[in-house]
Amino acid sequence: MASLREIQSRINSTKKTSQITKAMHMVSASKLSKAELNAKSFNPYMEKIQDVIGAIAAGAPDATHPMLESRPVKKTAYLVITSDRGLVGAYNSHVLKAALGKIRERHTSKDEVVILSIGRNGVDFFNKLGYNVIQSVIGVSDHPTFAEIKDITREAIGKFIDGEYDELYMYYNHFVSAISQEVTEKKVLPLTDLSSMKSTASYEFEPSAEAILEVLLPQYAESLMYGALLDGKASEHASSMTAMKAATDNAKELIDDLTLSFNRARQAAITQEITEIVGGVAALE
Amino acid sequence: MSTIKVNIVTPDGPVYDSDANMVIAVTTTGELGILPGHIPMVAPLEIGAVRLNKDSSTERVAVSGGFLEVRPDQVTILAQSAELAEDIDTARAIEAKKRAEARLQQKQGDLDAKRAELALSRAMNRLDVAKGKI
Repeated sequence: MASLREIQSRINSTKKTSQITKAMHMVSASKLSKAELNAKSFNPYMEKIQDVIGAIAAGAPDATHPMLESRPVKKTAYLVITSDRGLVGAYNSHVLKAALGKIRERHTSKDEVVILSIGRNGVDFFNKLGYNVIQSVIGVSDHPTFAEIKDITREAIGKFIDGEYDELYMYYNHFVSAISQEVTEKKVLPLTDLSSMKSTASYEFEPSAEAILEVLLPQYAESLMYGALLDGKASEHASSMTAMKAATDNAKELIDDLTLSFNRARQAAITQEITEIVGGVAALE
Repeated sequence: MSTIKVNIVTPDGPVYDSDANMVIAVTTTGELGILPGHIPMVAPLEIGAVRLNKDSSTERVAVSGGFLEVRPDQVTILAQSAELAEDIDTARAIEAKKRAEARLQQKQGDLDAKRAELALSRAMNRLDVAKGKI
């Protein structure tokens, strides 16, 4: 059995670790509620855009735009949203595994795939596997503003229009609840489901439906990606919260176990001391 | 005087939500004034100022593109960024203007130049709106 002092020092260090994880748990919890608020304030914007696009799709069904065109697929881009740091449980591995699984299923050669990544984990992962990571954003803040990812979204759309790739998929963790996040795949480009968006009004287009699409579609696609990022961030905080909660619970269990063996060792030491004293007294008589 | 509801929404949340007598915005085809009861309409916006007239006062909002959606009782502006005149950080706008000018001077590729130009016009727009010039 380990010595009393050894057990005591293990108890102390475990206690310290659990204090840290507990603090991190609470930090994540507060970040999560902020992230949920962000996602909520973004919703009206998205709904409005969908409303107008729906109206255009219904009012001018033959309007065309490069972002609506389905081309034969030679190259596919994947936008993967991960976190920058660890300590978020299975958050990253889930999304990376799902993305990699799909990529391997769909493509036989790595030349058919390009990766865009938000978050360091995704960049490192795909670089190590030898995929072509054409663009990445690292260091997105906990509560991202639209300006932070404007470059990557604009580039993603520009390269699609230029024909560098013919499809753009997006992988991220969808926030269901604080304890459940779902890996989600979404096809961003080409935009195909316009007519499915329901619209509540019919509009005059000034100057023309095409001119509006010119402005609206990039804005819409960028918002899709931003929405996914907000969703992903909420999941990240939720995931980190759950992971830190589990770590705190485990630490507590470990401390209980250690305390038990500490007490046992202490008892054994006392018993031994008494036996020695009694033995010593008996020897004197 | 009758009023119309005005919403200005960006991805980062709502910027403005109130009533106005008239909304004046710069669309790609020219300046447009909207009064209550306008027919439903959608128009893309230029980088510019949106003016909201209410009683005798005028509020200014700097918008960077986006579009305008009009209904008889409501105007919604959806832009990637929008700032009320009094919220504009002039120091930051001047910074952004300098940066864009520096990038324009270097002239690397068409894409960069175009981007820098856009950044410059956004910065200048914000400065103009903040000073109440437009």
